Amino acid sequence: MTPNDTLIGAGFADPVFQSQGAFRALLAALSEPGLAYDISVSVETPVGLEPATAVALLTLADYETPIWLPAALRDGPAGAWLRFHCGATLVEYPARAAFAVIDGAGTEPKLAAFNAGDDQFPDRSTTVLVQCAGLEGGATVTLEGPGIPGQRAVAPAGLRPEFWAEVEDNAALYPLGVDLLLVHGAQVLGLPRSTQIVEAR
Amino acid sequence: MTVHQSITDETRPAYNYAYLDEQTKRMIRRALLKAVAIPGYQVPFGSREMPLARGWGTGGIQVTAAIIGPDDTLKVIDQGADDTTNAVSIRRFFERTADARTTEATDEATIIQTRHRIPEAPLKAGQIMVYQVPQPEPLRKLEPREAETRKMHAWAEYGLMQVKLYENIARFGEVTTTYDYPVMVNGRYVMAPSPIPKFDNPKMQMSPALQLFGAGREKRIYAVPPHTSVRSLDFDDHPFRIQSWEQPCALCGAADSYLDEVVIDDQGGRMFVCSDSHHCETRRADGHRGAMLADASALHLVEDEAKP
Amino acid sequence: MYVAVKGGEAAILATHDLVAEARRGDESVPELAVAQIREQMGLACGRVMNEGSLYDPDLAALALKQAQGDAIEAAFLMRAYRTTLPRFGSSEPLDTATMAIRRRVSATYKDLPGGQVLGPTYDYTHRLFDFSLMDSPDVMVGLDPTISGQEGASRATAAGDARVKPEHDVKPLDSHMPRVPDILGAEGLMEEEAPPEGDPRPFDLTREPVTFPADRDVRLQAMARGDEGFMLGLGYSVQRGYGNSHPFVGEIRVGEVAVEFVPEELGFAVDLGDITLTECQMVNQFAGSKEVPPQFTRGYGLSFGHSERKAMSMSLVDRALKCRELGEAATYPAQQDEFVLYHSDNVEAAGFVEHLKLPHYVDFQGELELIRRIRKEREKRLAEQQEALPEAAE
Repeated sequence: MTPNDTLIGAGFADPVFQSQGAFRALLAALSEPGLAYDISVSVETPVGLEPATAVALLTLADYETPIWLPAALRDGPAGAWLRFHCGATLVEYPARAAFAVIDGAGTEPKLAAFNAGDDQFPDRSTTVLVQCAGLEGGATVTLEGPGIPGQRAVAPAGLRPEFWAEVEDNAALYPLGVDLLLVHGAQVLGLPRSTQIVEAR
Repeated sequence: MTVHQSITDETRPAYNYAYLDEQTKRMIRRALLKAVAIPGYQVPFGSREMPLARGWGTGGIQVTAAIIGPDDTLKVIDQGADDTTNAVSIRRFFERTADARTTEATDEATIIQTRHRIPEAPLKAGQIMVYQVPQPEPLRKLEPREAETRKMHAWAEYGLMQVKLYENIARFGEVTTTYDYPVMVNGRYVMAPSPIPKFDNPKMQMSPALQLFGAGREKRIYAVPPHTSVRSLDFDDHPFRIQSWEQPCALCGAADSYLDEVVIDDQGGRMFVCSDSHHCETRRADGHRGAMLADASALHLVEDEAKP
Repeated sequence: MYVAVKGGEAAILATHDLVAEARRGDESVPELAVAQIREQMGLACGRVMNEGSLYDPDLAALALKQAQGDAIEAAFLMRAYRTTLPRFGSSEPLDTATMAIRRRVSATYKDLPGGQVLGPTYDYTHRLFDFSLMDSPDVMVGLDPTISGQEGASRATAAGDARVKPEHDVKPLDSHMPRVPDILGAEGLMEEEAPPEGDPRPFDLTREPVTFPADRDVRLQAMARGDEGFMLGLGYSVQRGYGNSHPFVGEIRVGEVAVEFVPEELGFAVDLGDITLTECQMVNQFAGSKEVPPQFTRGYGLSFGHSERKAMSMSLVDRALKCRELGEAATYPAQQDEFVLYHSDNVEAAGFVEHLKLPHYVDFQGELELIRRIRKEREKRLAEQQEALPEAAE
């Protein structure tokens, strides 16, 4: 182990205003699904987290919100960084998580493994940050639903082949379901459970 | 023992930016994101005790405090007007605690906190409406128990609401709810639009603005994202309709705005003026003149902006 | 003529000046010191600490001074301040068995270990005015002997005020005063109260939204900060028949209890100081069920300061709210957790009742428009019927 492995990089330099700015981008992203928003704030992102993932979790997570990470991240610098800056518990079971980070290209866990909420409290569902290879350049998918005037086309890249079928299954659970934030670099794109995958008109 | 919050830096002023501590803001922000993802569903949140009284806008204030930043321009209205006492009080609160830039101009505002009205000027993309909500549960008057209404929403069992509205029609020939008129959001949840007059309900339908609702005392947050279906409940044979007046605004002549009635003497004299004070002023500045503007101006009761 | 409501800000600032004047009253009368309120209005301070959910007698006294003695306004000040305080953690559970007792009464036993200790109570005063308190600034401690003289003792002498600083039993109180439910519990006659599995941190309704049905920790917390008058009325309703209850005061104890805190960096308990508490344990009959033999059940009340009325009322309603756990019907208001919890918070209730003072003319205009139109349409309909009638008669 080199000394660098044990150092935890800096979080927000100005938590009040940096988290406020990042939150507004996240709010806009989930209010207008399919549009990419910038949440570039300079933080020392640990290995394995996209900068936008790190900023989103710094903004939203704390001791009240268990986080699920892939085992490699959980046991590495990313896990240590989140424990230190957010005070969050890292959980082993996806269904226990308030927030989760997954690799969009990985095969596991499926979206259905996370908490979809219950019929009386659909808000108690996991928000899943899907780290992908790009927010454009992939296969085009057409979206409809709240926040979208008419239809909106998106083409995120580097997602597992069955990803969009899982998103459709998730939307079919509405008003239950997980809410997705696709992240790449400093950008984030929202796909809440209310968004439907449709044929382009 | 459990440590809930780290000790803050002693050199900082006593209150955090926008009054709420950061942990509270995170909790409200998480609730807001879930609210946006499930339009019309009431998200329970750990509403804090505020230095303003419950029922006086503590829900709207907490929502605004959780979203506002240095780039925002805030407008606060009550009954449509920027100068009603509680609107002034809430505006002062954010000027003092968040050093907020404020405005009365609807089109300049990025955040509009409101009680009982939606401005007449069409809302724009990028604007956020924050509604103060006294009773977030549209079914509460039909079923007082929260445990029951929560099940009714869970199973989308809204028959009771339909029956109540239809009983109204049977008795009075129309639905007699004039404000806080229930709406169906995104075809799933029946939602209380807050006590805005039903005149304003159509403005919510497919609005380009984001609409956030805060109920502090009842500890609920809900939302309507932009471009979302918000349909006022009605029946094929009794379609929803809004209020209308027989005369235009006495000051600016507007025939399509919501009017307040002002009693002007004890002989039954009345005048009707725009409830949206900024809308009325803007129209007068543009040269629109109502029937009583000259009288009101001569008595220095309003400014006649068009006069040389 | 139309008066635009301009100048709202100036009007608001003027109300602040006016309330400051009203608070001060006649300036020829000396200003009250906060310490005077704390020392001489202790029961009022206790109520403000309970309903403000903050143990700080000095701030409670300040709140009462600033609020002109309005207990609910004072509780509101306490809560608005409390919500901004950083939290260092939670104390260890208080142990009321180790209370330094000043008053302790039981209605279920004639005598018991430690004895009955009347302590400071208004119970046996005859509610006769002590007029000498009216104008004499330096009345000595003790009630006027015409009110509080010993049986057979002579009345006040002509020389004037005969009261003397009373001398109480100098004998120290018994250090061992078992709590009455513990005595019953040793015999197996009292329902057992074990913490929930894993002994989780109690719910905090000032930070988390309440859901229903509410567990006992939530109910007790809500009642502890609930309005004394509301809790009293509900407790009374239970006694009068709106609730299936047969209560006995197992014990009321008033005194000081140490608050201990374990800082994470030290790992052992540190004494933070003493607080005054009133605890009431109400013993109720319970017929038992198939699984449980007949036994007594407990209603529990705990409050800051010396506030027996509050603690007793709370313990009555606590027992009534246990109906769900005990399989009893929940027929009456005091048995319905939603009703009790939502309506006992006087700061919330006062805010919502008083918000009716805010302008509502937009909504009222909607109602006016509706009523006028319905009446006009009705008159038109009646007039048409009138016209139609003579023809029908022909």
